[in-house]
Amino acid sequence: MEALKQELKEKIIDVLNLEDIAVEDVNDNDPLFGDGLGLDSIDALELIVMLDKDYGIKLADPKEGKAIFQSIETMAKYISENRTK
Amino acid sequence: MKKCYINGTGCVSSQKTINTAFLQDIIVNENENVLELSVPDYKEVIPPAAARRMAKGVKNGIVASHWAMKEAGVHNLDAIITGTGMGCCIDSEKFLKALIDNKEEFLTPTSFIQSTHNTVGGQIALGLECKAYNFTYVNGAVSFESSLIDAKMQLDEEEAATILVGGVEENAEATTNFLQLTGIIKPKEQSSYSVLDSDTTGAVFSEGAVFFVLEDDKKETTYAELNDVTIYNTLEKEEVEAKLESFLKGNGLSVNDIDAVVLGYNGDTLYDGYYTILADGVLKNTQQLYYKHLSGEFNTASAFGLWVASHVVKLQEAPEVLSVNDVKAAGYKNILLYNQYRGKDHSFTLVSQC
Amino acid sequence: MSRGVAITGMGIISSIGNSVEENFNALIQSKPGITVIENITTVHKNVIKVGEIKKTNGQLAAELGLAADNNYSRTAMLGAIAAKQAVNNAGITDINEFNTGLISATSVGGMDMTERFFYDYAESDEHRRYILSHDAGDVAHKIADQLGLKGLVTTISTACSSAANAIMLGARLIKNGKLDRVIVGGTDALSKFTINGFKTLMILSDTYNTPFDNDRKGLNLGEAAAFLVLESDAVVKQQNKKVLAYLSGYGNANDAYHQTASSENGDGAFLSMEKAFKISGLAPSDIDYINAHGTATPNNDLSEGRAIIRAFGNNVPEFSSTKPFTGHTLAAAAAIEAVYSVLALQNGVVYPNLNFKTPMEEFDIVPQTELKEKEINHVLSNSFGFGGNCSTLLFSKS
Repeated sequence: MEALKQELKEKIIDVLNLEDIAVEDVNDNDPLFGDGLGLDSIDALELIVMLDKDYGIKLADPKEGKAIFQSIETMAKYISENRTK
Repeated sequence: MKKCYINGTGCVSSQKTINTAFLQDIIVNENENVLELSVPDYKEVIPPAAARRMAKGVKNGIVASHWAMKEAGVHNLDAIITGTGMGCCIDSEKFLKALIDNKEEFLTPTSFIQSTHNTVGGQIALGLECKAYNFTYVNGAVSFESSLIDAKMQLDEEEAATILVGGVEENAEATTNFLQLTGIIKPKEQSSYSVLDSDTTGAVFSEGAVFFVLEDDKKETTYAELNDVTIYNTLEKEEVEAKLESFLKGNGLSVNDIDAVVLGYNGDTLYDGYYTILADGVLKNTQQLYYKHLSGEFNTASAFGLWVASHVVKLQEAPEVLSVNDVKAAGYKNILLYNQYRGKDHSFTLVSQC
Repeated sequence: MSRGVAITGMGIISSIGNSVEENFNALIQSKPGITVIENITTVHKNVIKVGEIKKTNGQLAAELGLAADNNYSRTAMLGAIAAKQAVNNAGITDINEFNTGLISATSVGGMDMTERFFYDYAESDEHRRYILSHDAGDVAHKIADQLGLKGLVTTISTACSSAANAIMLGARLIKNGKLDRVIVGGTDALSKFTINGFKTLMILSDTYNTPFDNDRKGLNLGEAAAFLVLESDAVVKQQNKKVLAYLSGYGNANDAYHQTASSENGDGAFLSMEKAFKISGLAPSDIDYINAHGTATPNNDLSEGRAIIRAFGNNVPEFSSTKPFTGHTLAAAAAIEAVYSVLALQNGVVYPNLNFKTPMEEFDIVPQTELKEKEINHVLSNSFGFGGNCSTLLFSKS
């Protein structure tokens, strides 16, 4: 689980071009959207593709992402329970 | 009818044109077929969080518009009008490559969103939270002049008092390669690439973003009055002189009233004849200037031309590096610009001292 | 602005017809043009539906009499066909008789060819001629060539509001006396690029689009081209021209909220409608029909609906989106809907908003779902695009 969290942090920084943010800056329970990392709806769509491409999880409705992408913690939990690759 | 004044300019180009005196740090590079951008300090103007998705064209547009607005001392705009012939090539290519390479799977939206032609204008508006009129013109080498025509009409009709108008192009890998394949960009290893003494076809390309603040009021920062702009989709070489004269006549002027002409020579032997026919003819005794040896060719390079003309009028000085012929005007009251691209998209622009 | 700028000709090609008459018949007979995609090979073939013109590029080229080695993109061919129709419809025999311009609009330009030959260009010179038809301006140049037009030619690209803005610029040029006559409109062909782009935004419906329905799932893309001829009062008088309708108002504003999404309250849409009213001197109560942007994405219809309520208060006139007929034709949308607006004025009809079942929970307004005949004097047409670009056009009876 810790490895997955670390991996997610690295991926998010890379995929979303968060140049000024280091892995250490992201806490497991920090909100990813809004006040935390400041991600927005376009980033959510990027993360949906990441779930599909890297973990074999398909979300049909972007609204489902809201609960999953609350934090690194929630993302890691969802991925470990639902991943197909 | 209200007048139209150029009250601020911002220029990102292959030359160092931000935070420097006019043409102070010029380098005439005749060794490259694509001139590299002189990258401005983006961080000074764009917060990193906002910049993270932006390709360089968008960033250059924001930087150039920032400096233009700062110089003119304006914060609120009644219109944002952008010209870009090729649009946001980098993100277009990125999305298209991903689409082909991944066989339409696992595509993400960011580059698609950013590929839209009006990304620069939209992002400037978003950054300024400006809800005003926002247009983007995308018609080759008259993209910028179309923007000027639109802006000028709105000032004339008093629909707007302060307008941001500019031209942006960015180079992207595949598009640049394609333009080399077609010979529109001169082949590599054919240097040196002199614009005026060229004996080859094609042009040296580059990229850039040049923005202007146009207002209906003259102020301390005013460069020049923008008197008139007109465009033609296609002209024969033999037709240019008559069109030029009728353009001047429409402004109550004749060729004798023109102190200097800024010509769009780009070293393409197939089409520079459009300029020489004027230079050797009706404009023979007029001071002739050129600029694409500094800026490179691109669809909105003529915005760099207007930037040059605006400075010449304001400073009443034309640096030697711009000279085509030996004629020297006593002063610069009226400057005419003429540009065309591969025999299409002709434009005449007139600026004057005020 | 007095009556506005005279519209004297129209031309259109869309998935519901190859002429103005065919389009009108499909609209009043509730015959939509949304189908499975045929002309483009895409992995999404079975999960999307589109408003596709059922003509191959070869057929379009033959219609225009183009040589085999032409480098026309599909976008340019569709545009040329519609623009020629418009010029004929206006009874113009000498295109350069007056000071005439062309304002085109496109979002994809020649992308349909670029996406096909992207990797081929480096390998062989067989298709390299299409490199120069990629840029948006090439489309306008090709249309001007087809019309024999020499003069002011330009192109606007502001995503899905592009054609509204082309029409707006044309009207300004006439009012300002810069042109006597101008051909204005837009054209966009379907492409893998846009199909996949909208797919990544997760706003493509997997079935038929249902504007203003509570359960709407997104849009169907479409392809189309339409052009209008605008003429000065002097030309109309001199040639005793029949005026089809007047463009009486226009407005453009920016939502300045998000790159792709519209604001919750539809600020940009509200402002563009307000500007159009101001220019025309008309009041919301004068409007008899709203041809809505109504793309059937969750975001657009909510934002637009709220903006309409803000602009019209409790007296929202009959409104409908014609996107269930044609799909969302992007940069051409405002031009084809301008043609539909003029036809609504001429024939006194409100088109049905097809596929509507359930009112939206956020507000009380519902679209007109049946064809309705009534006297129509003024139509308002909205078009909104990425980058927060919002445009409104007002059309009035001649």
